[in-house]
Amino acid sequence: MAAVQGGLVDASEEKDIKTEPSSDGCGNNDTNDARPLSTSPGSNAPGGNAKTSSGSTEEQQTLLAVLQFLKKNNLTESVEILRREAGLPEDSLDLKGSDSSGASSGGSAGGVDGVGVDASALLSRVTVSSSAGVQAPMKTSGEDQPDVNVVLSAYSQQGDPALYETYYSGLKRFIETVLDCHRAELSQVFYPLFVHMYLELVYNNHENEAKSFFEKFSGDQECYYEEDLRVLSSLTKKEHMRGNETLLDFRTSKFVLRISRDSYQLLKRHLQERQNNQIWNIIQEHLYIDIFDGMPRSKSQIDAMSGSLAGEAKRDANKSKVYYGLLKEPEIELPLDDEDEEAENEEGKPKKKKPKKDSMGSKSKKQDPNAPSQTRIPLPELKDSDKLDKIMYMKEATKRIRLGPETLPSICFYSFLNAYQGLTAVDLTDDSSLIAGGFADSTVRVWCVTPKKLRKVKSAADLNLIDKESDDVLERIMDEKTASESKILYGHSGPVYGISFSPDRNYLLSSSEDGTVRLWSLQTFTCLVGYKGHNYPVWDTQFSPHGYYFVSGGHDRVARLWATDHYQPLRMFAGHLADITCTRFHPNSNYVATGSSDRTIRLWDVLTGNCVRIFTGHKGPIHALAFSPNGKFLASGATDGRVLLWDIGHGLMIGELKGHTDTIYALRFSRDGEILASGSMDNTVRLWDSMKAFDDLETDDFTAATGHIHLQDNSQELLLGTYMSKSTPVIHLHFTRRNLLLAAGAYNP
Amino acid sequence: MAEERRQKQCSVVLPTESMKAMAESVGVGQLQEDSCVALSEEVSYRIKEIAQDALKFMHHGKRRKLTTSDVDNALKLKNVEPLYGFQSQEFIPFRFASGGGRELHFYEEKEVDLSDIINTPLPRVPLDVSLKAHWLSIEGMQPAIPENPPPATKEQQKSESTEPLKVVKPGQEEEGTIQNKTQGTTATDGKGKEKGMIRLKPRSTHELSVEQQLYYKEITEACVGSCEAKRAEALQSIATDPGLYQMLPRFSTFISEGVRVNVVQNNLALLIYLMRMVKALMDNPTLYLEKYLHELIPAVVTCIVSKQLCLRPDVDNHWALRDFAARLMAQSCKTFSTTTNNIQSRITKTFTKSWLDDKTQWTTRYGCIAGLAELGPDVIKTLILPRLSVEGARIKAVMEGPVVSNIDKIGADHVQSLLLKHCASVIAKIRPQPDNVEQYRSDYGYLGPMLCSHVMKARTQAALQAQQVNRTTLTITQPRPTLSVSQSGLSGSSGPRTPSIIKVPSSLTLMSPRPGTPSQPSPPATKYIVMATSAGAASTQQVYVLYVRYDYDINICLVSKQLTQCLLRKNN
Repeated sequence: MAAVQGGLVDASEEKDIKTEPSSDGCGNNDTNDARPLSTSPGSNAPGGNAKTSSGSTEEQQTLLAVLQFLKKNNLTESVEILRREAGLPEDSLDLKGSDSSGASSGGSAGGVDGVGVDASALLSRVTVSSSAGVQAPMKTSGEDQPDVNVVLSAYSQQGDPALYETYYSGLKRFIETVLDCHRAELSQVFYPLFVHMYLELVYNNHENEAKSFFEKFSGDQECYYEEDLRVLSSLTKKEHMRGNETLLDFRTSKFVLRISRDSYQLLKRHLQERQNNQIWNIIQEHLYIDIFDGMPRSKSQIDAMSGSLAGEAKRDANKSKVYYGLLKEPEIELPLDDEDEEAENEEGKPKKKKPKKDSMGSKSKKQDPNAPSQTRIPLPELKDSDKLDKIMYMKEATKRIRLGPETLPSICFYSFLNAYQGLTAVDLTDDSSLIAGGFADSTVRVWCVTPKKLRKVKSAADLNLIDKESDDVLERIMDEKTASESKILYGHSGPVYGISFSPDRNYLLSSSEDGTVRLWSLQTFTCLVGYKGHNYPVWDTQFSPHGYYFVSGGHDRVARLWATDHYQPLRMFAGHLADITCTRFHPNSNYVATGSSDRTIRLWDVLTGNCVRIFTGHKGPIHALAFSPNGKFLASGATDGRVLLWDIGHGLMIGELKGHTDTIYALRFSRDGEILASGSMDNTVRLWDSMKAFDDLETDDFTAATGHIHLQDNSQELLLGTYMSKSTPVIHLHFTRRNLLLAAGAYNP
Repeated sequence: MAEERRQKQCSVVLPTESMKAMAESVGVGQLQEDSCVALSEEVSYRIKEIAQDALKFMHHGKRRKLTTSDVDNALKLKNVEPLYGFQSQEFIPFRFASGGGRELHFYEEKEVDLSDIINTPLPRVPLDVSLKAHWLSIEGMQPAIPENPPPATKEQQKSESTEPLKVVKPGQEEEGTIQNKTQGTTATDGKGKEKGMIRLKPRSTHELSVEQQLYYKEITEACVGSCEAKRAEALQSIATDPGLYQMLPRFSTFISEGVRVNVVQNNLALLIYLMRMVKALMDNPTLYLEKYLHELIPAVVTCIVSKQLCLRPDVDNHWALRDFAARLMAQSCKTFSTTTNNIQSRITKTFTKSWLDDKTQWTTRYGCIAGLAELGPDVIKTLILPRLSVEGARIKAVMEGPVVSNIDKIGADHVQSLLLKHCASVIAKIRPQPDNVEQYRSDYGYLGPMLCSHVMKARTQAALQAQQVNRTTLTITQPRPTLSVSQSGLSGSSGPRTPSIIKVPSSLTLMSPRPGTPSQPSPPATKYIVMATSAGAASTQQVYVLYVRYDYDINICLVSKQLTQCLLRKNN
């Protein structure tokens, strides 16, 4: 027992992974990234919500690490300022510096770690292993990627390469002969062991042994690891290991397994009896075994949760409290009937005011116990136009159709014709008046789907001429000559992969392969800001439901939270082991969900920047996320064609919807949450009975405590309808305020 | 199974010959075997790595096809200069060449005369992206409009008729609802699971909606009406419209009844129109006709063998109708004949029986022979050729006999030309040359001499065609390196799926480099197109098709080194 948890960085795994952005070889964005992180508490956060509590030692060590990093990069002024602000003594840095000067990476790795003790423990292990006689040859050569060397040298411990197969098959024989109830659990060990043993062989230049090892045992692995195995199979040389991201993922993050105490004791006894140190070392160094008391899990239970790049989520990773409740709606006096007309008149006018960034004030009377406080994160104050829009929304809501299994929504399909396979992203405004498409040719196009045409604001010279006192000034500022059904926005230099309207319909965000996120004005149809920070393709971006904030995520594995008026990110959410493929805001704007190619979904707290939930269970990269309107549940869709449902409060998987045969690109709950619509590459829109899926849920205390779920296979019962389109993949879904479902996709003749 | 595939994945490496070929073309003569192996392993690994990244771009581009731009983006991700000039919408335009023991794929770049480009009129501007909305579903029901796929696919129609007790799946349930709604009966049982549990055969509709009734009326009127333009339109609609399956029983009854009536009335024109309807129905890919063959086949056979099809058999060209119907019959035999329904053998038996009957009229005789002949050369060989002499005698009797009616004479004449037409080509294939008139006479009797001349004509024609089909093949041998090009017009995709390397060095023109022949390829820069396709994985992965190009002046020894460094270092 002690051996498992001793010397591990388990508690800080979350932060440990934050070394990712700097260690995956993008050396020149180190400085970019680090700075907003360190300065955000002071300058960036609007309303100063993030508190710097420098009291605890851990905080102090983080500061020290940051200082050291800055010093290393010769940013002496920043060092001075930070030291002054944090009130640190001059010599504190040097102390720390001498502590971790063992490897050139000590500064940055330990720095973001935040746990100096663990960092040095890691380093000491490195020195032990290298002094044991096997000097890592790359240690001196590859100074451009020091982290990689540290990572790799842990593999340098030597065993007899010929014996690896014997070890592995010995363990295999053992696990095959144990009692049935333990077998499924212990079989989880196979995959991470296989990977690490293979990597060890490759690292120590036993190419032929590695190949035969791979050929002999790769067939035994679960089929959902096939993609990773493909990457591994191509990796046969030590030189290849440098710069291979998959490898780094395996090494930097411990593969997490959940095993019952009995099964674990069984395994431990076996390995100790056999003196099987090779395997025991790997289990100790590269695996994190989360031991629980109670019944061993069944094969289906394990299969439901496994599949991610680094095993399951630790139980304690999903324990923290999440305020999933909705914010109190601001009270707006509903206009009386005679005012209706007036309100509608004003509604017809375009909105002009910019959002303000003061906090919303406390209007809550009876707060949902699960909701965050109204001011937990500062939200922009409602403008008059927003209030009008809310009134409009409420009016529409009264006309909303109540959906259910008996009353399915009508679906209107918007086909993009002549897109030549180039349509990459679609979004609709909340009131369904505008639709925007991102294209592979770097353009963003906006269409108006109501009879109203799109018009630009007049030029500054012309604006001077109009009578500013007149009642219809908002109408007068528009230039009639520019009226058209669609507008094209030029500015990106690569395919546009993500697109999002602001809630007030004044802005549009687009993220692109060129590494930027752009903010466009829908008044002037020009680009306002290009947010640079991701140096690699940005796969997705989304506005917060309250506007002002937005989130982006991309190939650099970091999700960033921005505010429209800051050119640098406010928060960086690091932790994913592979590309972030989709990002979604929680309806209360306090949380952000990100889906990734590492086949996990993470939920991040916007206030603290911490990862509060990790959901594993998908067997392919996740391409669609949707929060239920009440904020309690999350639905996710992946390339494996399955939709998984998650309970955010308990951190549990609560449903699996099987039916699609290809990647799911779109998910959306109806406005009241009764129906979940999913759209896929297989040209279908499917409707699911989400109410039933959530109601059937049995959340007894045991399930909640252990996270062991029994999923019913009731996809067929929950499926309410399948609607085939004519060779048009569905890439966006949207429920109008009256619960009409809009779908969009490009027609591929 | 999976194991095998994985092993293959593990071992797919570019052949060392590719490395040698590349080295040669940049002037490195003797590349050691070891370096080749090291190079090819390294390059293969990098290519796989890039391919895996390119896949990401494909997924985010929401496509199923990997395009060249995906590869470009993947290269950019690795901080490698993307490949310019490989913009291709659909496929990678490799061509295949072999010779000198090597198989190569190369990218053909023709020398283009700039003035030609300037002088050609501008191409049409591609259509701009546009947005179109339609109803995918209205309150849970999918409307049958052209924008939506056909309500029931052929497979569904088939399973509906062949597996009557299948549990109703929610996907098909929607149709059930449509049907229920249109019938105006029990609309409540459309959704429930209880329906699935009872395992009832889903009711098929026998009533058409008002729109469908209107459509049916319009179509049938147009098909048998007098306006040819309208008819063409209606037939086109029958042949292409995806939502006709509910009306199929009506159409089939319409045709069979129509034939029955019009044969009696000898209305040739209408019979022709009805046969064209059959043709259109058979052309429609979304219809599952098997259910209605029992009505359609008798109608078609009637049009082939009926004694009289028109009012004035001596003048009207009912032969054409027989020919047309015979072709239809052959087509339906080809598509619908199975071991259980035995359509082809039953039809053949029917034809043969009435042909063998001495009392059969010439018209029916003609129909039988036409029907048999359309079934293909094998049928002609086994059933028609042996009877040529008997048939010849019969024709002779009519043609040269004393008193015959004009009708018989015309019939015999048509049978004769029909036999000649069909048999000549078959005989030309199975009979060795030379063609001797006497021998033909002894073998085939009265028809022998005529057959002989027809066969000879057929042979010369076949030879002529063969000449046209045969494409030019040229092989050029040069001192070094040897490269032969077979200009067979094969594209890369049809070549053997082995990893292979292609090069087209600029110094080597494929033909004598005479100036002023712009059609001959003389590419300006050296290119390597490395293509590794693994046959097993190609369909499942879409990964391993890739190409890499270097500039002309890069030393081959540096190639892998530079590539590696580039890939590894990125910015540093």
